[in-house]
Amino acid sequence: MDLLTLARGPILQWALVIFVVGTVWRLAGILLLRRKPDYTEPRSTHTWRGAANLIVKRTVPKREFAAQTAFGNTIGYVFHIGLAVVVFGFVPHILFIKSLTGLSWPGLPSGIVYVVGALTVAALVAALVRRISNPVMRLISNADDYFSWAVTIAPVITGLMAAAHWGGPYPTILAIHVLSVCLLLAWLPFGKLMHAFLVFIARGTTGALFARKGAST
Amino acid sequence: MDREPTILESFQQQGMSRRSFLKFCAAAASLLALPAARAAELAEKLGAMPRPTVIYLSFQECTGCLESLTRSFSPTIEHLIFDTISLAYNDTLQAAAGEAAEAAREEAMRKAWGKYVLVVDGSIPAPLDGAYCVIGGKSALASVQEVAKGAAAVIAVGTCAAFGGLPMAAPNPTGAVAVQDLIKNKPLINISGCPPIPEIITGTIVYFLTFGVPELDAHRRPKVFYGNTIHDRCYRRPFYDKGLFAKTFDDAGARNGWCLYELGCKGPTTYNSCATMKWNGGTSFPIESGHGCLGCSEPQFWDRGDFYKPLSAGLWHGSIGEDLGIAAVAGAVLGGAAALTARHRQDKTRTETETRKPEGK
Ligand code: HEM
Ligand code: HEM
Ligand code: SF4
Ligand code: SF4
Repeated sequence: MDLLTLARGPILQWALVIFVVGTVWRLAGILLLRRKPDYTEPRSTHTWRGAANLIVKRTVPKREFAAQTAFGNTIGYVFHIGLAVVVFGFVPHILFIKSLTGLSWPGLPSGIVYVVGALTVAALVAALVRRISNPVMRLISNADDYFSWAVTIAPVITGLMAAAHWGGPYPTILAIHVLSVCLLLAWLPFGKLMHAFLVFIARGTTGALFARKGAST
Repeated sequence: MDREPTILESFQQQGMSRRSFLKFCAAAASLLALPAARAAELAEKLGAMPRPTVIYLSFQECTGCLESLTRSFSPTIEHLIFDTISLAYNDTLQAAAGEAAEAAREEAMRKAWGKYVLVVDGSIPAPLDGAYCVIGGKSALASVQEVAKGAAAVIAVGTCAAFGGLPMAAPNPTGAVAVQDLIKNKPLINISGCPPIPEIITGTIVYFLTFGVPELDAHRRPKVFYGNTIHDRCYRRPFYDKGLFAKTFDDAGARNGWCLYELGCKGPTTYNSCATMKWNGGTSFPIESGHGCLGCSEPQFWDRGDFYKPLSAGLWHGSIGEDLGIAAVAGAVLGGAAALTARHRQDKTRTETETRKPEGK
């Protein structure tokens, strides 16, 4: 079997299995935990509203800190939206998802995907530079942060390389692209990238707690 | 005259002028994209050399490659086999048959030992001493090894000879292998395709005769012909780039010439010259006729997924849905166990703290 057939066959299949096992494992493990009993008098019983409230609020940058956080927020939004556009807007990707789930939707012209892919790479590089150059960020970063960054940027770079026929024969670069996606899938549930599933759960839980305590958010 | 006639002389013996010889050379040179100086060198060298002996062996094949070769427009097969080379053995094209043919081959081999070119089409079954393919009492395995011994170079014509092709497709019942799996110590050129473009076969032979082995890619194919993918040179590429895809073979998109990617076109991963050289003397090529590329010039193209499913569709073994269902259940069990352990630990610490409380007070 050649590398490409191997990558998009058994290796991708295993990566998906690991992804599903890991994601369900971690989600179930967290959701089935018993919350610590809280014997205090609740200040409010609208905990669900509190949860929803914080999910929205934390998504919008706070005005008081807007100036300081603008750069970080912007690159964060750029690469997250960029990733979504590239993964869900490129026709070969949509056809892959269709082959897996049966779901499909209209795609974007490839040219737009390439431009968005390039912007995504730029924003991810800026995020890394910020992480390294900001002393506080550097202090709180561990290997997980850097590895998660690397497995996030790898599929975007290799995808662009394949499309540009850069770095080797197309099937080889494409195989590396698929392998980088496999690495991302297999790693996602076990490190900080799990935030994709956990951010809203975490924010909601915090929001509910805040509401109960009557804390202002 | 006891010396062999040169190629130019054999053209003239056939009643053709020097001009028609030069035209043949010009056609070959333009096919090979040779610069002017090299084109002149080609004419000069070909004109002066005696016709080289070519032995053409066919094994596990469908004769499609030879059918293709006989439809070469420029250089034409007539020029190639009558004037340019001395085809000493080809069991389909030669008049002689049976023992006479074998004797002719042995004679030609003896005379041109170390100098002849061996062309192979078809794959070779390796197990049981090659028992699955026997011609004239001799196995394909033994023949190819014997003839290759005295060859200056080996040219594997067609995907079967180059990469194993259809006979090697899963489950490969005869244990077929490619020529390059058996012949390791000779210069070897692969001309893949199912069948290969005829002009690539003739062009490569002419190039080899004048300049030796051309520059090859990782699959030992001449880069002049296999340097680009079909997709790189496809006239439907603008539609791919704009995101316009035919969804069925007869929808409006298909009629407007939109890209065939969704219908399974393998052009992006296929290296060949169909999109530029085209077929039947430049008439058209498969994508122009409305069908996606099958990827026929690539190794294992039969086993690289459905011809009619998009290239990026997953190549699953068994049912991916079932696998992922099992994965989800396994994940839930693991997660449940983890949560239970955590609860158990919570209970233990609580009872411990509760029993400890009175002491502390
Ligand atoms: C619903 C989906 C997601 C949400 C709501 C989300 C949200 C966030 C937030 C709030 C941050 C921290 C703030 C920031 O640095 O901008 C972050 C960081 C990050 N996210 Fe996501 N994320 C999601 C999905 C993903 C996915 C699928 C990936 C990768 C495949 C990803 C990769 C990253 C990376 C690499 C960082 C760290 C950036 C850095 O180094 O500063 N995210 N995400
Ligand atoms: C601008 C960035 C990207 C480009 C240009 C790109 C390009 C491509 C191309 C050309 C293919 C193969 C289609 C084919 O087989 O003909 C592909 C497949 C795929 N890509 Fe990307 N890609 C990019 C980013 C990503 C990212 C970020 C992910 C996931 C996180 C991803 C996941 C996949 C998957 C799952 C496949 C299907 C694998 C297969 O071919 O079987 N790609 N991509
Ligand atoms: S028809 Fe095939 S080769 Fe042509 S642009 Fe579409 S995918 Fe590429
Ligand atoms: S278009 Fe593709 S399948 Fe058709 S002959 Fe050319 S390489 Fe083979």
